[in-house]
Amino acid sequence: MDAIMLRENDNVATALRDLAVGEEIVVGIQEQALRVRIGQPIPFGHKIATVDIGQGDNVLKYGEVIGRATQAIQKGFLAHVHNIESLRGRGDLAAQEASHGV
Amino acid sequence: MEFKGYRRKDGRAGTRNYVGVLSTVVCANEVAERVARDVHGATAFMHHQGCCQMPMDVARVSQTLIGLGQNPNLASVLLVSLGCESVVLDEVAQAIAAVGKRVERVVIQEEGGAARSVAKGQLLAQDMVKEASDFSAEMCPASDLVLGLKCGSSDTTQGLFATPAVGIVTDLVVAAGGTSILGEVTEFIGAEHLLARHARSPEVARQILALVERMETRAKAMGCDMRGGQPTGGNIKGGLSTIEEKSLGAIAKAGVSPIEAVYEYGERPRVKGLVVMDSPGREPEILTGLAAAGANLIAFATGRGAPQGFPFVPVVKITGNPVTWNKLRDHMDFYVGTIMEGTETLPAAGRRLFAECLGFASGRLTKAEISGYTNSMDIYVTGPVI
Repeated sequence: MDAIMLRENDNVATALRDLAVGEEIVVGIQEQALRVRIGQPIPFGHKIATVDIGQGDNVLKYGEVIGRATQAIQKGFLAHVHNIESLRGRGDLAAQEASHGV
Repeated sequence: MEFKGYRRKDGRAGTRNYVGVLSTVVCANEVAERVARDVHGATAFMHHQGCCQMPMDVARVSQTLIGLGQNPNLASVLLVSLGCESVVLDEVAQAIAAVGKRVERVVIQEEGGAARSVAKGQLLAQDMVKEASDFSAEMCPASDLVLGLKCGSSDTTQGLFATPAVGIVTDLVVAAGGTSILGEVTEFIGAEHLLARHARSPEVARQILALVERMETRAKAMGCDMRGGQPTGGNIKGGLSTIEEKSLGAIAKAGVSPIEAVYEYGERPRVKGLVVMDSPGREPEILTGLAAAGANLIAFATGRGAPQGFPFVPVVKITGNPVTWNKLRDHMDFYVGTIMEGTETLPAAGRRLFAECLGFASGRLTKAEISGYTNSMDIYVTGPVI
């Protein structure tokens, strides 16, 4: 197993070692496994998309929403802060809403 | 399922037997530190609060000092005061003495300066240590454990292996009739609906959600995205992308036990079992809050390698990251990367960790204690310094 996915409906998996471009890796999901071709270098502990994720889609890990894709993320590519935004603790959004309300 | 502990007059059991030298205000820290430095068996608690704060924060500082003084890991307490601070020394001293402990005090302005205060404090502390050394440890049931939960310097391995192993320990402590305290409310954000489902009653669920809303509102009031502060830059390097992801990993420390009650920062639980305590995620403030609530042992899951310990409560470091285990061995106590490597199941790792925790409770020293990395302490306040 090269990466671990915690729930079947997740769309990202966590790399259990550094993954190189072109590798076809095994993603473990409880008793099952899924194969994913790696599209860019993925450092140990970072996340890869296990399906194509569309811009604005929820990103799911632990079977829960961990944020929203700010751009499309192709299967096998890195999913991290450059393409996922948090939906919580967003004082910036609250401030924008407040200024629009004035 | 027992540990060797120190039975105190109020019935609680300590896992250590220190004389606590507690500074009542930031301005008395130097004296407290010097007193404890030269007295074997004494340990200092210092912080940055206690004066020029809003009354609600002054009250919280006093309550926290009382909780720390009452912690069963302290045999007796020496309070070091400047003499003009907002914290009321008599109130703190009386409340600690009320649990049957010897309480002494040194007031710098009354003694005539730091040098005289250090001298008087050291002589008092020496006598207190002599007295404390007569306490002998006895076998105590695991129901006397008050386990504080913490995770820090998080990465993605932590939420996959270390916090789930700690969650099993929580469930074992609760099953044995003990107490486990979950804090770090910032790291409930995005996972609070799961914790609310574990609440014993709808009222407890409502209190959990209210705590999270209070914390998130405070963060959002700053008008910016909190990412970078939570999750931290280091968390992001470790692969964590959002607070929701960090939280979903962090709450695994709570296991599957029901949440019995919700308490304010540093408040002592009035029920056994798993409870929630308001606190931020930063180490000095939460470790202090857990100790004030009466924790006699702290389980600290880490990913990238957190060295912090606390002056008088053992802090056990648990990691599932093989790089951290190998590179920061002088700070790490327990390895659960075995789960990822396939040599051990999660439940087996959790049971092994529980047994190890009983060992640490019985006097085995943690890496933080051995290396003297035990000064992660401060009191959480929410109002301005004025």
